[in-house]
This record gives sequence, C-alpha cells and structure tokens, in this order.
Amino acid sequence: MSKAHLYLLALLLTAVGLSLFLYKTLVLHFPLAPRAEVDIWNVEAKITFQALNEPVKVSLFIPRSTRHHAIMNDAFISRGYGLSTAADDLNRQAVWTIRKARGQQSLYYRAEARSVEIKEPRAPGKPPKITKPVFAGPEEMAAASLVADIRSRSADTDSMVAELIRLLNQPRPDDNITLLLAKQTGESGRMDLAAQILALAGVPARVVHGIRLQEPTEKATLVHWLEVYGQKEWRPYNPVSGTAGIPENYMTWWRGPGPLVRLTGGEKLQLTLSVSRDQEAGIKSAVVRGQIKKPLLVKFSLFSLPIHSQQVYRVLLMVPVGAFLMVVLRNVVGLSAFGTFMPVLIALAFRETQLLAGVILFSLIVGLGLLIRFYLERLKLLVVPRLAAVLIVVVLLMACFSVLGHKVGLERGLSVALFPMVIMTMTIERMSIVWEERGPGEAMKQGIGSIAAAALIYVVIHNREVQHLFFVFPELLLVLLAGTILLGRYSGYRLFELFRFRGLVKGRA
Amino acid sequence: MFGIARKLTEMGIMGINRRNAEFTLLHNPRRLYPLVDDKLRTKEIAIREGIPVPELYVVVQREHQVRDLAAWLAPYGEFVVKPAHGKGGDGILVIDGRANGRYRLASGRLITQEELNHHVFSILSGLYSLGGQPDQALMEYRVHPDPVFEALSFQGVPDIRIIVFRGVPAMAMLRLPTRASDGKANLHQGALGAGVDLATGITLGAVWRQELIGEHPDTGEKISGVQVPHWETLLTMAARGYELSGLGYLGVDLVLDRDRGPLLLELNARPGLAIQMANGSGLLRRLQLIEELHPTLNGLAERVAFARSRFGNIY
Repeated sequence: MSKAHLYLLALLLTAVGLSLFLYKTLVLHFPLAPRAEVDIWNVEAKITFQALNEPVKVSLFIPRSTRHHAIMNDAFISRGYGLSTAADDLNRQAVWTIRKARGQQSLYYRAEARSVEIKEPRAPGKPPKITKPVFAGPEEMAAASLVADIRSRSADTDSMVAELIRLLNQPRPDDNITLLLAKQTGESGRMDLAAQILALAGVPARVVHGIRLQEPTEKATLVHWLEVYGQKEWRPYNPVSGTAGIPENYMTWWRGPGPLVRLTGGEKLQLTLSVSRDQEAGIKSAVVRGQIKKPLLVKFSLFSLPIHSQQVYRVLLMVPVGAFLMVVLRNVVGLSAFGTFMPVLIALAFRETQLLAGVILFSLIVGLGLLIRFYLERLKLLVVPRLAAVLIVVVLLMACFSVLGHKVGLERGLSVALFPMVIMTMTIERMSIVWEERGPGEAMKQGIGSIAAAALIYVVIHNREVQHLFFVFPELLLVLLAGTILLGRYSGYRLFELFRFRGLVKGRA
Repeated sequence: MFGIARKLTEMGIMGINRRNAEFTLLHNPRRLYPLVDDKLRTKEIAIREGIPVPELYVVVQREHQVRDLAAWLAPYGEFVVKPAHGKGGDGILVIDGRANGRYRLASGRLITQEELNHHVFSILSGLYSLGGQPDQALMEYRVHPDPVFEALSFQGVPDIRIIVFRGVPAMAMLRLPTRASDGKANLHQGALGAGVDLATGITLGAVWRQELIGEHPDTGEKISGVQVPHWETLLTMAARGYELSGLGYLGVDLVLDRDRGPLLLELNARPGLAIQMANGSGLLRRLQLIEELHPTLNGLAERVAFARSRFGNIY
C-alpha cells in the first residue's frame, strides 16, 4: 500500500466530510454552537404493551398549554390505530383504538414545550364546587381530627396547606395519617390525600402531575404537587416544603386523580417519558431563514430519530472522538495505559458520576480490588475462576459504595453502578500482573496513565460544543477517520521517546 | 523538545512508530508470527535446520498432564520452565537443583512440587502468553553461562540479542542480568544492555534503566572492552534466523553455554529499541544501508562479512 494511496484516501474523506459540513453551515445555516438558552424542549411519551388479540383502547392524558409552558406540534405515532383527542376543563386526553391487535405494541406521543411567561392576571373564574370526599368509619374520624388539627394550627390557606403537607411528609407520621395513608402510595397518593383533606376542610384543591424540564433524560420521573384555590385563582404548592409556588421548570402534564395512561385489551403496560433539548428548533428556523424546502439532508439526519435514539447517538458519536484521542495519546504522546480503548469506556462512565467523583470511585474500587486480587493470588486459583472472583468482589464493592453513598446522601453513589465492571475487573487483573512482573512503579505509571487519559477524554467528550458539533454534523467523523488513517502511518518519534532517548543526545554533546 | 527530536533524527535513532510502520509491518508478514511466538515451534525448526538449541526435556500441553509432572522431571536435576508463548521473559522459572524434596530456584528460594504445578497451571491457562491464549509449558536444558560473563552478571544467564534485517545482522547487544532483574535478561525487567561492536564482538557502553552507565551496578566491573567468544558463529546463527523464520526484521536471542557453545534461544518479531541506547548509535542508517545493498549480497557468509565490515563501531 503506497503512501500516495493513503494520502489520497485521507484527502477524499476530508473533502467529503468538510464539504458536507460547510454546505450545512454556510448554505443551510446550521448552528455551529449549541444555543446557550434552551427554552424549547422535546417531550415524548412512549407506551408499550402486549395486545391480547381483542379490541384495544389506550387513553393517555396529554399536556396542554399553561401559563408557564406552551405546548406545540403534538405528534402521535401509532400504526393502524384510530386516534381521537378530547379536552375538558382540566385536561386533554388522547385515545387510541383498534379493533384487533396482537403482540408487542408501541405508541408514541411527542410535543414541543416552549417556556413562556404569561404575566397578565387570568380572568377570575367561578370558584369551583367542592365534592366532599367520602370516608368511612375510623378513616372519617381520622380525617376529621386531621382537619381540626391543621385548622387550629394555621391562620390562612397558605399556612394550612403548609401544615398539612408537613404532617403528611413526616418521616414518622402520627396514627391518623398512617391510617389514612394506608390505601395511598407514593408522593402521588400523599397529594391525593392532601386534596381530599383540604376538600373536607372546605378548601378546593386538586393534584397536578408533571415532569421537570431540567436535564435531558430518557426516563423522566413524574412529580406531583398540589393546587389550591384561593384569592380567586388556583395556586400551586410545593409538594415537599408546602410553601406556595413551584419551580418554573415543572411542566404540568395532567390534573386531578386518575392514572396517566389507561389500557383495555392488553397487558404489561409500560410508559416512559423522555425529555430532550430541542436543538432542531434552531436548525428549523435556520432552514426557514434560508428560504428552502426541508432538504433531504435534514429528513435523513439523526434528528429524524425518536428522542430516545437521539440521546443514545449523542453518546455513541463521542466514542470515535475518544478513540481518536487514544490514538494521539498512544502513538504521538506515547502514554501507556491499560487496554487499548479502556480509558474511553472509563470516560463514558465518568459521564454518570462527574469527573472528580468518578476518578475517586474508580481509584477506590481498583485499589480495593487489587488488595483482594493479591489475597486471591495466595490461594493459587486458576485464571478464569480468579477473574470471576474479582468480578464478584468488584460488583459487591460497587454495591457497598452505592449504599454508603446513599446513606451519606450522595446521589453520585447510585450512579457508580453504571461503571463498566468487567472493564474494571480486567484493569485490576492487568494491573496486578504488571505489578508483579514489572514492579509497582510500572503498574502505577500505567494506572495513572489510564486515569489521565480517561479524564482528558471525559473533558473533551463531555463538552457541549463538541457533542453538538458531532451530533449536528456527523460527517465530521469522516475527517476524524482521515486523521486516524494518517496517524496510522505516523513514523515520527513519540513524545515520551524523546525523554527516553535523551541520554543519547547528552552522551553525544 | 524539537531540539532533541532533531538530534535524534540526525543520529538515526528509530522510534517505535517507525519500527512498526516501516519495518515490522512491511517486512514481517503476520502469518509468520505464530512461528516465532511459539518457542516450541521455533525450537523444532531450528533443530531441523541443524541450529543448536537448549535441549527440550518435557512439554506439558494439558492440565491433566500436570499430575505426571513430578515423574517426568525426576531424571533432571536442573531445568528451566518456560511458557511456549511467553513474552519478554515473563513466567520463566530457573530450577538449579533440589533440596529436601523441593525445587531450588536460581535465587535460592525453595518451592514445593505443588507450587511448581501451580506455576505450570498458570502457564497453561495463558497467564503469561501473548493475548492470554491457552498455552503450553516447556521444560528445557538449563544453560550454564560461559565464564567470560561471570564478572558481568548477577545470577542468571546473559544472552546476546542481535537485530537482523533481511538476513544481515544490523546491531548487537549483550543483555546482562542484575540483582534488580532477578536473574532475567530482559531490559524492561531491570537487566543491563551492553552494546557489542559488530565487527569485533567487543562490548561497548551500556544502558541500564534508560541511563548510560560504565560499570555493572552489582559487580562494579567495567562493562566495555570484553570480548564475546564465538562471535563469528553467533553472527552466522543470527543471520540464519532470517531463512529460519522468513521474517525480514528480526531480533535473535542467543546464549553462550559453557559446554555446548552458542545456542539459539528464541526469535522475536518485534525487538525493542533500547539496543540503540546500549550501542549509543541509531538503527535507521544501518537498516537503510541494508535495504539499499542487500540485493548485492549472496549467501550467508557475505551477509555476515558485510555486517562486520560496515557496522563496526569505532572502538
């Protein structure tokens, strides 16, 4: 293979990659940097279930525009299903129906939520009617005494709601509340109960369910809070502190009792809500500015994928970047590390834990694992059982760290579980072998090399600009490929070799 | 930084990238690697070609054979245990005798039959092999180093590494065990590398742990100026490694036995670069000269003569 061939190939790849990139930036005006202020979010609900070969009906509450969020561009994806949407005073609902369906079914709802702030006061509505909840026997007494309690300890609606929520959220609630909560579960149950108690006290209240628009996530969790009618409007109350007002990034999904999704004619119902930043919005407006029809390039870009897959690709596209950095670190710098691409995987794991916590956790687990490995060495085990034993210990260690971290109140402790444990096991094994054969110095050198490489790669692939660049312009990977191919024939010195051979230069001088 | 790089280029010092890109990748076909990576096959071919090697006593290929190991080893008082696919001297045990039903290591430590068996198991399971493949364990003749090197080595057996390019010896180094290397002759394990003048077989300066030194760190003996015996034979054996293996760029490891003379130890398809430091000289010029002139060289004798005439250091 001649060098000319190589250069030609690299040139070709670079040309194709760069021209696509330039076309998209200069002609289509795709944004080069992520927009600093995100005020548009993509929200998606994915419903999956097993149909039982009979008529299927799925109803799902869908969000409606509120004073904080405008819901735009509803989209429903459902093959062969009839779809109708309906709205009442409180909610909007989508209903999918089909005469007969069999096997795994997936339905999607997607919309854009744009943050808005409506300042002008809402036209005062009629005060809502209160439907008194029905409690029976001992529960009625408990509810009545709870109402008396909060009444006596409060001065107005605000303080009454605060007191009620404080009582409900106590780690060890009193007997009355325990009795009342027996039938309710979770935060949603507590809020339901709160609404009922307030109704009993003559204060109109309802539960609101929603999600937080804060970080892109593939599994958004529902949050529940309370809305109480007073001073001629519905006012939200924080579900934890009980104070009036909720964070702005809480987006209302539906109000009132009842589950988010209902299904007849199927089983194994599952619902996932995902949230992503809408990068495409900027691109869309760019396309509109350019006064052209949506070109094929956009239709067939990564943006056409479901949000869930988009999230995966945001991460996946960073792997080649990490691999390229490894090529540079190894062949140009001469850094020694365990495993060819292990630092890349470690860097991906750092995404979950953040850098500092990640480095500390990694060093702790590998360090402790090494101790165990040295002990196992004395037992003279065969290779595969020994590796399996180290793996088991690694998983146990990770579990311990998670539990300890959780007890201390560190969220990070939980995400350690996503560390690639097989990689860690192999690291421990390699490190201990290097330790024995080349001495602790060499083992530490390679260990530190691995962590340094992982940290550097983390900093690069965690950078939002880099992520944006490769997600919006995946053709840049071709340029990366060209660079990698060229480095594949790099025959110059490595940076560390200059250090290694420097004695020769001195000897001469 | 660039100053160092420029000086190294001037000296013709070869870096790992260049070795890989321009020599091993171009001149060493992948399919030939198994031959040199497997010490057993290397040994078989060398014997077929009439090149002397340390005699093979026992081969353990399967786990169940370890049961019979004690009986198989009974006739031999001293021997060396090696993984067939070992790299860089890892996994080698030198047994130099027995005491109280135990094996005595060269370092003086005694190990039981059980410990030896475990070591063999480790070898079989691939602990020391390239890429962790299941491996075979070889037990072979223990070399007694030529007394010439006695003052220059701390335990263990010194060996001679010769880089051979297209059948022409290009550079040579005497690898001397030190206390730090635990009797092993591999540089990265702490052995000392002394450059050897290709023309005469006389040692030059030495490198130890990336540093240029003049005396052996354990014995205090001056390293330069020692004549390596059988030099012509050693060079010829190394040059024959080319035909033996088919590898264009090759490291040949030889030992000098007190009784049996030069023996071929192993061949290496990716020889290291520290030899340049030991010789205080770069490989690249020599390799380029060979590349240019090798078509004019006919036969083994001419190749060796060419190396001796062109690659002698000014002593």
